[in-house]
This record gives sequence, C-alpha cells and structure tokens, in this order.
Amino acid sequence: MAIIGNPKYEARIDRHLAKYETKRSAVMPLLYIAQEEYGWVNPEGIREVAEILNLDPTQVKSIAGFYTMYSEKPKGKYWLQVCTDLPCALQGADEFHAWLKDELDVEEGGTTTDDMFTVEHVMCLAACDKAPMLQCNFHYVENLDQDKMRGLLAKWRQEAAQAANGRG
Amino acid sequence: MHILLRGRDIENIKQLDVYEAHGGFVGMKHALAMTPAEVIDVVKASGLRGRGGAGFPTGVKWSFIPQHEPVKFVTVNADESETGTFKDREIMEENPYQLIEGSLICAYAIQAKAVYIYLRGEFWDIGDQLDECIEALRAKGYIGENIMGSGYDCEVYTHLGAGAYICGEESALLNSLEGYLGQPRVRPPFPAQKGGGLYKEATVVNNVETLANVPYILSEGAGAFKAIGTEQSAGNKIYCVSGHVKRPGNYELPMGATFRELLYQHAGGPLHDDRPLKAMLPSGGSGPIVPLSDEVLDTPMSYEDCANIGTIIGSASIIIMDETVDMTWVASKVTKFFKHESCGKCTPCREGTYWLDKVIDRILDGRGSPDDVKRIADVAENMAGTTLCALGDFAANPIIHTIRHFPDDFAQHVTAQAADG
Ligand SMILES: Cc1cc2nc3c(=O)[nH]c(=O)nc-3n(C[C@H](O)[C@H](O)[C@H](O)COP(=O)(O)O)c2cc1C
Ligand code: SF4
Ligand code: FES
Repeated sequence: MAIIGNPKYEARIDRHLAKYETKRSAVMPLLYIAQEEYGWVNPEGIREVAEILNLDPTQVKSIAGFYTMYSEKPKGKYWLQVCTDLPCALQGADEFHAWLKDELDVEEGGTTTDDMFTVEHVMCLAACDKAPMLQCNFHYVENLDQDKMRGLLAKWRQEAAQAANGRG
Repeated sequence: MHILLRGRDIENIKQLDVYEAHGGFVGMKHALAMTPAEVIDVVKASGLRGRGGAGFPTGVKWSFIPQHEPVKFVTVNADESETGTFKDREIMEENPYQLIEGSLICAYAIQAKAVYIYLRGEFWDIGDQLDECIEALRAKGYIGENIMGSGYDCEVYTHLGAGAYICGEESALLNSLEGYLGQPRVRPPFPAQKGGGLYKEATVVNNVETLANVPYILSEGAGAFKAIGTEQSAGNKIYCVSGHVKRPGNYELPMGATFRELLYQHAGGPLHDDRPLKAMLPSGGSGPIVPLSDEVLDTPMSYEDCANIGTIIGSASIIIMDETVDMTWVASKVTKFFKHESCGKCTPCREGTYWLDKVIDRILDGRGSPDDVKRIADVAENMAGTTLCALGDFAANPIIHTIRHFPDDFAQHVTAQAADG
C-alpha cells in the first residue's frame, strides 16, 4: 500500500497538517505514519512524506536518521528495547539484558533468525522505579524478571503464530 | 498534601467532571478576571521556579515576552529524558487536566495564540490521552475561541518527539517542533524574544511540573504557594527516587525537606539493610554526584542549600547507590549516556564524550594508567563551558565529581598497572 491516498491515514494526515504553522512541522508525525504502514521508514515512505510536505527526500531522510525511534531497517516482529541506563542497571538491568540476548541467541541490535525478536539496549525511559523494564513495539513492560520474560516471549510467539494461521 | 500528584488522593481526577468538582479551572477563572500583566505578577510573587532543571523564576520568564508582538506561543517541555526522571509522566498520566489548565493560564498571561505540548516519543499513549482531554475541554469552551466567555482564543496541540535527549533542551525542542534537526540554536535571540522562539515568534518554554503548579497559585493565591518551602525555593517538588532504596518512586514534598526525610521516611532507606548508602546523584546524570554523608543527608532539598553542598536539585531525579557500587562504573554509565545523546553539533562535546568513554572503558578493563585518570579529569574540565548548550557541561560533571569525591574507586583499577610499569 501507500500512505498517500490511503483512507486509513487521510484524516490523521490532515489533522497533523492543520496543527502547525508550517507544513514542514508535520514531518515527525508523518514519519510515524510511514513507519506504521511499512514497518520501518523505507525509501518509499520517505518519498511520500517528502511529497506531502513539499520537501526534498534527503531532508526527510536526515530527520529520520537523527531520531532513534524511526527504524531505518526492518526489525523483528517484536522490537525489544531494554533500558540499561544507570537507575535500571542498579536494579540488575545489564544482567537482564545480557540474559535476554542469550535466551534469544542474538547479538546487540540483532534479530532472531525467525524474524520474531530484535533486542537492543536504550537509555532511560522514565520508568526507573519499575526496573528492569523494556519497551516492546513502544509499549512499556515493567518490573521484569526472567520468569516473567519467558512467559511474555511464549505469549508473543503464540500471538504471532495465531496471526499467521488467521491469515493462512 | 499533594498539589501535583493529586491523582493519588482523588479518584478519577483524570475525568473532566471530577477535575472540575475538585477546584479545576477555578485558577483559570481567576486569571481571566485579571489582566495578563496581573497574572504574571501573581506568578512572580509566588516564587515559583522552573522544575525542568535550571530553576529560573517562572513569572520573570513570562515577563520577558514582548506584549506588543501579535503572535506568541507556549511550548510545554514534556520531553522528560533526564536519566532517573519520571515525574512529568505521572502528572500527565494521572492529573492531565491540571497541566493543561496551567498551560492555558500561561498562554493567557502572555496572550499566546497556541500551546504545543512536546512529549518524548515513548509517551505516545500519554499524547493520546492528552488529545482526548483537549477535545473534552474544547467541547466545554475551555479551549478554542472565546475561552470561558473571556474573548481570549487559544488552541492546544500535542507533538511527539522520537527518541533524542537533546530535544529536551529548549532551543533544540523548538527546532524539532519546526521539523528541523533537533539541535540547539545559537543564542541570542532567546526563545522569549522575537526571532528566537517557535516559528521565530516570542515563546515561553516551561516544564510540565512547573506549569502544573500554576492553577494552584491562581486559585489559592501567591501567598499560599510562597508559604510552602523555603525562602528561595517555594512550593512542593516531586522527587523521583531510584536505585538502591526499598521503595523507589515519586514523592511530593515541600522544597526544603531533607534528603534524610525523603530517603529514610518515604523511600524506605537502603535496599539492603547491611549495605550502607554511598553516593547520590540528586539531579540525574547531569548534576554533580555527592557522597551520602550525614551532612548531605541533613541538607534541605532546595536550590540554595544544594548549592552549599556542591550540587544542584535540578529536576530532582535522585539516584541512590550503596557501598557495592564502583564509581568508575557510574562515570562510565553516565558518560555513555552523554556520548549517545550528544547531537554532534560542536566538537568538544562530540569528540570529548567519545574519547572520555573510550578511556574510561580502558580504565575499567584494568588497562588504564594513573595518567589516564588525570587526563580524563583535565579533558572534562576543559570541555565544560566551551559548548553551544549545557549538555557539554553535563557530560563533564560525572567525570569531574566522581574523581573528586571517590579517587580510590579509580585508583583500584589503575594501581596494578602502575605497579607493572
Ligand atoms: C541537554 C538538556 C536537556 C534538557 N532536558 C529537559 C527535559 O527533558 N525536560 C525539561 O523540562 N527541561 C529540560 N531541559 C531544560 C530546558 O532547556 C529548559 O530550561 C526548561 O524546559 C525550562 O522550563 P522551566 O523553566 O519550567 O524549568 C534540558 C536542558 C538541556 C541543556
Ligand atoms: S554541547 Fe553537545 S549536545 Fe549541545 S549543541 Fe554541542 S554537540 Fe550538541
Ligand atoms: S533508567 Fe531505566 S527507565 Fe530510567
């Protein structure tokens, strides 16, 4: 699909364009829409955002590259961002992060061979009283331990399998 | 008593009718009955100071806005990305109308055309909730044209960042909101001046917690607010406690309460009873670290008293470390943060954080020398004050102050090396 002319996004794009004094200001919300449509900020999404805002695609690309929440390459179905900043680390987040990579057999920033999970560490997510914690596809999951995490991984695998069956 | 974290006292205060039933929009009504200049005077008289870190007097900041300019803006700093800070999140999750009311009072006081709430990208669900609040307020005539019959018009919008600590710095925030790279601007002109603010118009940038105090000040009066806290630090403050305590979390106490009261009465004391507390970062990664001596514990948490012990209260992101924590490791953690978050615009910050990180890693690995410790201290000293924004100073702090207060923690990593050589 596309984001331009896609009825799913029309009202949202219009709302963002109306919010600001300049079109250019809408570049960040529109990049989120592109990421939602394509799963990552791909060249097509960049081109479309640039077209809507009358910008040069290279300008849009540099904005996308500046921020960590826009993904410039495909990620696993579940993008796990473990906070390992100081307060979380004081509560065992480094060990938790290392264990999770082992458990899933991935390197830092890597994706499991079945494309299910990408694991990376991030800086403080403003949840330091609920460590260890992570963000899964931008949803906070807090007060984690290994048992709870194993349960979640199993649940997500099951969800993905069901979704695949539903389509098949 | 909570002035800010009222979600803990009043069930469903995040519903508009409940918020109204508990004094919501009384402050706004009082403000609209005054002239904008009178509102600014009330906020000045209250002694409210900015809760985003720098502690600048809020009313004074508002008074810098040139009233004759036809277009002005308010920008709410909800980027909340300082390591160890999670207070604005609770205000916005549990008491969102109070933030919006405070922002509208600020907007009226400077006669702003619109308010933009800049949220860190991870707070998208808070953004959705605020959007719903804004619609509910519009339906009842609190936002839009002719607010509460006053003839004043104002819009409120939310905007999501996308993962960049530097966008909490006010001029970087404005660039980001305008769709440019989120890098700080050269000042002057300052945001409050024509040419320096959002879309080049005069703009007030205030932190979430700062603005959430404003409805109370307007409804109860400047005197009521000023009566709380100390001479130079009025009102309550939310302290975010994390690390080695039994009950990490947000605590709202008057400014001037002591660290001891916060840490022992409220946060439950050391996480492990047999491990004494060693050090504290009272303002996240960016402020100077201090040893947790009795003198420090008995210090009132105010702007003026924290200066006396060589640190700052800043955003009050209080990170506690017990005796098992190696301060070299702490310096490394915090340096990695600033290396990652440096926007790259100026050389001392970009190269400095990169180099510092490399050398600290070497020291931690046992491959460093006593000279390395001296060199990182020198480089950090030279970095401070030479950069376009305060991030360069923030990045120097963890090195300078860990080495100053905990030299043995560094020495233990390099003594073996020294003996070899
Ligand atoms: C690198 C850097 C990061 C900052 N991050 C934040 C932040 O996340 N939230 C915030 O309110 N202020 C932050 N500030 C402070 C803002 O620049 C600004 O002083 C503040 O929003 C002013 O609001 P106040 O007067 O209400 O405190 C940061 C400053 C710097 C230099
Ligand atoms: S000090 Fe660092 S973060 Fe600030 S403008 Fe310079 S490079 Fe960017
Ligand atoms: S340090 Fe992990 S959420 Fe703040």
